[in-house]
Formats: sequence, structure tokens, C-alpha cells
Amino acid sequence: MLSTLQTPRSLSRFPLHFPSKSFLLHTSTKSLSSEPVTFASLTDQSIPTTTTLPPQSQILTIRHSLISRQVTATELVQSYLNRLRITEPQLKSFLHVSDTVLREAHELDKKINNNEEVGPLAGVLVGVKDNICTADMPSTGGSRILEGYRPAFDATAVRKIKELGGIVVGKTNLDEFGMGSTTESSAFQVTANPWDVSRVPGGSSGGSAAAVSARQCVVSLGSDTGGSVRQPASFCGVVGLKPTYGRVSRFGLMAYASSLDVIGCFGSSVADAGILLHAISGHDRLDATTSKQDVPDFASQLVSTNSSESKPLKGLRVGLIRETVDNGVDTGVISTIRAAASHLEELGCFVTEVTLPSFSLGLPAYYIIASSESSSNLSRYDGVRYGNQAVTDDLNSLYGDSRANGFGSEVKMRVLMGTYALSAGYYDAYYKRAQQVRTIIRDSFKAALDQNDILISPASPSPAYKIGEKKNDPLAMYAGDIMTVNVNLAGLPALVIPCGFVEGGPAGLPVGLQMISAAYDEGKLLKVGHIFEQTLENYKFVPPLIADDIITSK
Amino acid sequence: MASTIFRNFQAHPFLLCPTTALFGRRSRVLYCTMRNPESQTATREKQQPQIKVSPHTQNNRLDKFSKDYDAVIGIETHVQLSTLTKAFCSCPYDYGSPPNTNVCPICMGLPGALPVLNSKVIEFAVKLGLALNCKLSLDSKFDRKQYFYPDLPKGYQISQFDVPIASGGYIDLDLPVEFGGGHRRFGITRVHMEEDAGKLLHSENGSYSQEIALPLHFAVDLNRAGVPLLEIVSEPEMRTGIEAAEYAAELQRLVRYLGVSNGNMQEGSLRCDVNVSVRPLGQLQFGTKVEIKNLNSFSSVSRAIDFEISRQVQLLSQGQGDRILQETRQWEEGAQKTVTMRKKEGLADYRYFPEPDLPAVSLREDVLFLANDIYVANFFDATIAKGADVKLATNWIMSDIAAFMKNEKLAISEVKLTPQELAELIACIKGGTISGKIGKQILFELLAKGGTVKGLIKEKDLVQIVDPVEIEKMVDKVLAENPKQLEQYRSGKTKLQGYFAGQIMKVSKGKANPGLLNKILLEKLNANS
Ligand SMILES: [Zn+2]
Repeated sequence: MLSTLQTPRSLSRFPLHFPSKSFLLHTSTKSLSSEPVTFASLTDQSIPTTTTLPPQSQILTIRHSLISRQVTATELVQSYLNRLRITEPQLKSFLHVSDTVLREAHELDKKINNNEEVGPLAGVLVGVKDNICTADMPSTGGSRILEGYRPAFDATAVRKIKELGGIVVGKTNLDEFGMGSTTESSAFQVTANPWDVSRVPGGSSGGSAAAVSARQCVVSLGSDTGGSVRQPASFCGVVGLKPTYGRVSRFGLMAYASSLDVIGCFGSSVADAGILLHAISGHDRLDATTSKQDVPDFASQLVSTNSSESKPLKGLRVGLIRETVDNGVDTGVISTIRAAASHLEELGCFVTEVTLPSFSLGLPAYYIIASSESSSNLSRYDGVRYGNQAVTDDLNSLYGDSRANGFGSEVKMRVLMGTYALSAGYYDAYYKRAQQVRTIIRDSFKAALDQNDILISPASPSPAYKIGEKKNDPLAMYAGDIMTVNVNLAGLPALVIPCGFVEGGPAGLPVGLQMISAAYDEGKLLKVGHIFEQTLENYKFVPPLIADDIITSK
Repeated sequence: MASTIFRNFQAHPFLLCPTTALFGRRSRVLYCTMRNPESQTATREKQQPQIKVSPHTQNNRLDKFSKDYDAVIGIETHVQLSTLTKAFCSCPYDYGSPPNTNVCPICMGLPGALPVLNSKVIEFAVKLGLALNCKLSLDSKFDRKQYFYPDLPKGYQISQFDVPIASGGYIDLDLPVEFGGGHRRFGITRVHMEEDAGKLLHSENGSYSQEIALPLHFAVDLNRAGVPLLEIVSEPEMRTGIEAAEYAAELQRLVRYLGVSNGNMQEGSLRCDVNVSVRPLGQLQFGTKVEIKNLNSFSSVSRAIDFEISRQVQLLSQGQGDRILQETRQWEEGAQKTVTMRKKEGLADYRYFPEPDLPAVSLREDVLFLANDIYVANFFDATIAKGADVKLATNWIMSDIAAFMKNEKLAISEVKLTPQELAELIACIKGGTISGKIGKQILFELLAKGGTVKGLIKEKDLVQIVDPVEIEKMVDKVLAENPKQLEQYRSGKTKLQGYFAGQIMKVSKGKANPGLLNKILLEKLNANS
């Protein structure tokens, strides 16, 4: 049984605002059909507010509440939509909000009333990054060239979510086609960080991270080519999971760099990220690069933290990557990560520093491979079959003008770089060499993971920075990807969990801890991450933007 | 599936009418109702390739100079595979379907769509590779070949670059005696897998050409996009149009025989692009290479090459060699000439790189066809045990026998052929007792009815005549019976050699060794002149 169903110790964790019912307060270690715990019984056992409650699985809580009929799906959805409506003008996380959410909730209520089976994600509002295709909503990839484009099909990940009862609440903002680390290079809007609206949410999945952080939706899908799930998770104080390459189908994900792209998950707890991963994983006959590896039920393997067991991670070998807590990394970030390492030690882990000599090679190799593949993948946006088409006299101008008008400057820069790197006479010096570096990086990770169960590092060398701060300094922005790109080059899974704060903004800025494991060992990351978050005391990762909302709900 | 998606698309006003993507400056009304003109006129070619070229049509001007020049011809052949579905999606391909009805998100290159390889493509490539005596790459891969063109939905073609699935083979053929006869072996540089592009359709106010400066009113039909192709590149070893046409005809026969393609040239299932260059005799360096496209029949292959050779020879002999440009020329059937289609401006840079959406191609499983089917493996082992050449036995079993079993829906245990007789057959061909062509005839007898190789050869009197004395008798007989033609030949009409050869072959009931026949014939013809 999931530990996340343990009796809450405080009300402050409950993100939902329900004027009539406080359904989410009802959590129980008993079976789902057990008597609901009442509001009164919870308040009675509340403990001093200085101690905060560890993150709960919102997905399991919602399921419990719906099935035990403490709340209707319509009420649940309405509350999220209300918060979305209130916060969206400041955050701008969504490019499109579905207009069928309430109808879908209503359908779900009918099913529940008829005692019909409902899927494990029933009533769960999912935000979907806009480079992931959805059949009934626009999917622009954040690009002007696909403005108004509606795909004819759902991405496999989206299809699976829908089949399990999840409700897609809308399409989240991103850097155009996933190219960027701030979400500022979206063609349509700039998303703000819920912790400090003058700062970026990170990127490229900034909209998905901000939406979960501000509880505009329960969980969300992002994509991670060089850190695009993990870095915004760190900036926004949410859990971000980058699965092993091949774990989740890319069918329906607009390709940026095919050999690096993966669809990843955001949640406000490790359990939610794990449940979402389980929902979308598995071999797909529409993606030849998906693996036939078994998909374990990640969430059911999350063990309850028992106060009687003081060292739940006893014997786990943890390697702190030395190069990631070195020069060039924000000192506040380093000390937060070191504190997290100490916390792991307290849990029984054996923490040592490991060096990955090839670490610094990752960034240039990544940018060559990613831009090369993107120059090819973006060739299809030519204005011929879909998307914005320029009005011109001849074919060359049709291509030129459609692409010149349709693409933003970051995309153009990467397409140009990639075209150059693949050109005759340069291929060996750039692309081929970058692939050789990739092999070296893969091998060095393998060696480090032979010695350690997991590796840890910051998810980003800095906390969220100001909007516009790095806009004219692309190299500084690219350098920010140093913590994450190596993992993509090696195809490994990584989990980012909020582990502390540094100064900045009205309430501090969250810092994420990145944990890396061997391929297809997401289960281990989730187990460790779950225990870590359940035992991390005195931190509350609810952004100030909605803190009032949550306090009101008390 | 395709039609469902087709409807889905129409339901979405945001899509720029993908039923037919059409460029239009003013008009964005894009649905193309035009029938493909080829679907109405296409006639099936005869099952057996036939080259309808008279041996007497080559012009005299060419004769005058050609003995001072040497033509070098290489052919790139694209064979469209007759798989049930396209190479990377589940769309069928039906030639002549209305435009954009056999399409889906994958072959239209829609955002987020990914290719998944149809394993039949590999199977067919392996079959043809083996039949062409190629070496197979056990570890191969796909690459992206990148260029922009409206008929190329993804902006790149999935192809193979540096590791083709098969390479270093050859094809054996016997030239028809009326063209001088003789055995030829042409090298096969490589065979690789790739996907076809769509087609540009004409519109009323614009003709279509491959030039990049297209008129703006034209439509793209993506039915053909993603159909699997094998590209077969020959060594530049042919010297005449006839040799090239015979090479193409032999390829057609082969792909039909193997069941990998219908080989229909008019429908474009078999397309030949020919490279022709000419150099003075004795010069080692190749002349400037000209590519010829739009060759829709074997006779056009032959005539276009001979025209092009004579054009180049004439320019060279007039000291205007610099007017031979590296370019692509188009064969105009009506005018019977080649005309400039586009000039090559340096080498195109296709920026090839390995296709990241597809795993590497490992042939181990496919090649293990022999080992996977235990009965086939036993049959193979037994054939080898009887002393048959391993490579030849592999080829026969993988291609001809496998094709027969498939067509007749028989298991190896049900065919009448025994390993003993297969080994015998291989030995007879290798030893020159019978020709390869006759060997295949015998094989089918053996597969269907059984019997022995020796028995069939004897019964049907199929032994190749390799005795020079016997051939000489036939030559003498034919020359004696045609005094008028002999006189014409000796007064300069040397083309008549083909005529004589044909008559002699007839007399021998097709059994005379073509090489010997021609050698003796030439000696006799030129002896008393
Ligand atoms: Zn298709």
C-alpha cells in the first residue's frame, strides 16, 4: 500500500480550494471503500504548522475522493479551472485550454454514479506540452509555423493517458520546438515562474512545470532533449522525471533531436510522477526506438517510510558527481545539494564523490548532435502540406519565406548550426566526433554506475533567473544545460526532486536534486526519491502565488 | 486506415487541405480531381522482357567515328517493391489510385509521425542481393538524404548511404544473337533500400519539370511517397545501348522471377537512370558523364544511349568536347533525342547522417532463413554434402527455390527436387554443360515434376554445343544458304552479323554457345573479304 495515503499531519499541504467540501483532506490508510475521514477528525490530529506534510500523491487522493464520493469530478475539475483562470494571467503556462474538461468530468460523474469501472487516472487533469500532438486541440510546438495546426492523431502518450481516464486540460507553453531553457523563445508568450513571476520557469517545458507548480493541473507531460523536463522542475519546485530513452513512445512528439528526445513527467510528488510514467511507458509499434523492456508498476513499489526504520536507504551507494559542484555553479545551489547529500547519508546511504572526466565534453557534443538532428527534423516545416505558407512567386521563396516567417531566431540559429555541422567536409569534424564523445560519455556513466547505485548532482547550476537575463547571451543559457545534457547523451533515466531553497524572490527559489540511475531503473530512482521527499522536513514546495489560495481553503 | 485519416483531415479546417498539397499564389483551392493520365494509358508489358530495337537502326555517322571512341555506361535502376504496405507505414500502394488516397500521417511527414520498417523490404533486398551475387552487409543502417522538394514530405529521404545492404555483385547475361550474341558479366556496385518520393501533378497552366523553379500551380500526389525501392547501381561496364538494355531486361526478369517487384517500366516500377560518357580509345580517364532520365522502355534505354554516344562522339570528333557538360538530360521519345533537363551545379550536398528514428538493420535473422527452417537447412546441408558450391546453393535456395515454394505454397519437403539433383544442376552449369538460362528451365521441371538433371538434359537435348567443329558446320550451312546477305556484309553492311548469328542460333535450337558462335562466325565472315 502506498505510503502516500498515510494520514496527513497538516492541512497546509492541500492545494485545492473547495468552498463547499474539503474532499482532498480525506486520506486513509484503509481501503478505498472505507469510511471517509472527516474534516474534523483531521483537524483534531493536526500538529504544529511549523512542521509540513510530505508530498502526497494527488492522483491517488483524487481517485479515493471520487470513488468514495466525497467530491464529484465536476467539482474537482471546477476548482482546478478556477485556479487556472485566476493564476493564468500572471503565469501564462497554457497556450490552449480545453473547452471540454467540464463535459468530460460530467461524463465521469455519470459513470461513477452508475458504479461503472473508471480508469486509474480518472479525473486527473493532465497538462500536455504543446509539442506533443493532441487530436482535438491545436498543437503548435510553440512555433508560428504551426499556428492553428491541429493534428489528426493523439501522441501515444496522450492516447494512453486518455484511455486510463485522464483529462487533458490544455496545451502548455514551451520554447519553440523545445529549443531553449527559459520558455522565452515560445512564439506566443513568455511563461512566468510561480515562485517569482519576474523569473523564468526554465525550459523548454516551462509551461508544464509552472502549471504543476501552481496546481493548475495535477500532473503534466513535458519533453526532455537536454534537460527540458529536469531544469524547469528544478526552477519551479516540482518533481520532474526523464525516463530512459526508449521507455516512452515518441510517436506524436514533434521531433527536435530524435536520438535524445524523450517524453517526461511532472508531478507535485514522486508518486505522481511514477504513476504517470507507468501510464505512458511501454513498447509502441509506432515507434521503432521503443524498448520491449517490462514496465514495472512503479507506484506500488514505493515503500512507506516507517518512523521505526531510521535508515530506510541503508547500504545504497550514492555518487555525487564532483564536476557538478565545482566552479561556475551557484554557491547556494552547491550547499543545498550538499545538504541533500547529507540527508541521504542520514537515510543510510553511502555517499562518495565520483568524477566523470568526460563531463565537460557533454555540452559541445550535445549542441552539435541536437542541432544537427533538428536541422533535419525541422525540414518538414516547409509550408507545403500544413502550417503557415508564404505567398510567393517561386518555389525557393516559398520555402525561404515560409521558414523565415515561421521560425523564431533560436530555431533558425540551431537549424543553421546543424546544417553546417552535417555539411560535406565538416561531418567528420563535428557530427561524427560528437558521436564518438557520446560513446565516451556513455561508457563513463556506465563505469560510475557500476560503482554506485545512483549518481546525484544539481539539476541546474543556478536557480531560476530573471526573464530577459540571458536572452541576449545564448552561450550563458546553453551553459546552464551542463547538468542535464550528459544524461540524454547516455540515454539514462533521471529524477529531479525539490530539495531546498536559495535566496531570491518573495519566498526563496527552489533547488532541484538530480538523481541518475542505470537504464530502465526508473523504479530505483522513484523509490529513493519517494523516501527522500517523505523524510525531508521543514520544506514546503507550494509557491507563494497560490499559498493564499491554499490557506483560504483551510 | 488511409481513408479514415483522409476524412479526418478534411474535417480539420486548419490543415492546408492535405488531400492535395498545391501551391497557388492566388488560388488556394487545392483539391486535385485530376486522374493520373498514366493510369489510362498504361499497358502491361509482356511478361518476358523484349527489346524492340532493330539492329539496323544505328546511324552510320556513329559507325564512322565510334571505332575511335569508347563509351562507358553505368545504370542506376530503381525497383519498386511489391510489398503489401509502404516501407515505413501501413498504407497500401495501388498504382493509379486517385491522388492522395493512399496516405497517412507517416508517409505525409506530419509532425510527430515516425517511420517503422516493414520487414518485407529487408527480405526482398536480401533476395535480390543474393540473386545478384552480392555480399550482404550483416549490419546495415538507414540514413537520411536531405534536400527540399515538394514531393518529399519530410525534407529528407530515408535511404542508405555508406553501408548498403548488398554490394560487390554481378549479373550474367547472354546478349541476343541478333545483336551479336556473347556472354556478358556486369558488375553490381551496390543495392540499397530507400523510400520513393511522391509525384508532382501537372496543372492546366503549368507544366512540371524537375527544375526547382516550378510554376506555382501544381499539386503533389503523395500516394507514392514512402513506397519501398531498391536502388541497384551497376559498375560502369556497359559499352553499347544494347548491353545496357539487356542488363535492364535481365534485372526485370530477375525481380519478377523473385517476386519482389512487377518490374513494370511504364508504371515506373522499374526506372533506369543511365550515365553515359565517351572517351578516345586508349584513354584511361573517363569522359564527362551525362545522366539520362525518362527512359520508359528497354528500347528507349538502348536508343537514348546510342543517341547520346553519337552526340558526344560527334562533339569530341569536332574538337568541341568542352560542349559536353556534366548534366542531366531527358530522353524525348517523340523527337528521339536527349535534351538538357538540368545542369549540375557542383555536387549536391545531401548532408547524409544515420536515421535516428530507425534501429540499425541486422541481417542475421533474415540470412538465418536457411537455418531457421530446419527442413530448408537440412536440404541445404544435404546439397552441400553432395559437393555443391556453397554460395551458388545459397543463391538457388534463397531465391528461385524459395520463390517457387512461396508461389506454390509448398514446403521444401513437398517439392520434387532432391538435394542430389540440385547439386548436379549446379555442377552442370558451373561446368558449362548447360547455360544458366537452361538451368533455370530445368530447375522448374525438377521442382514440379522431379526427375534427374542428366535425364532432362538428355531427354530434351539441352546440352550446350561447345564443340567448335559442330558450330562451324552450322555457320557454314547458314552462310551458304544466304549468299545475298553475305555479299552485302562483305560490301560493308557489317550489321548483318546479327542476322547471321540469329539464323545459326536457330539452327542450333538455342544450344550453341553464344561466345563460340560469334567468334567462329566473325572469322568466317571476314576470312575471304
Ligand atoms: Zn502511409
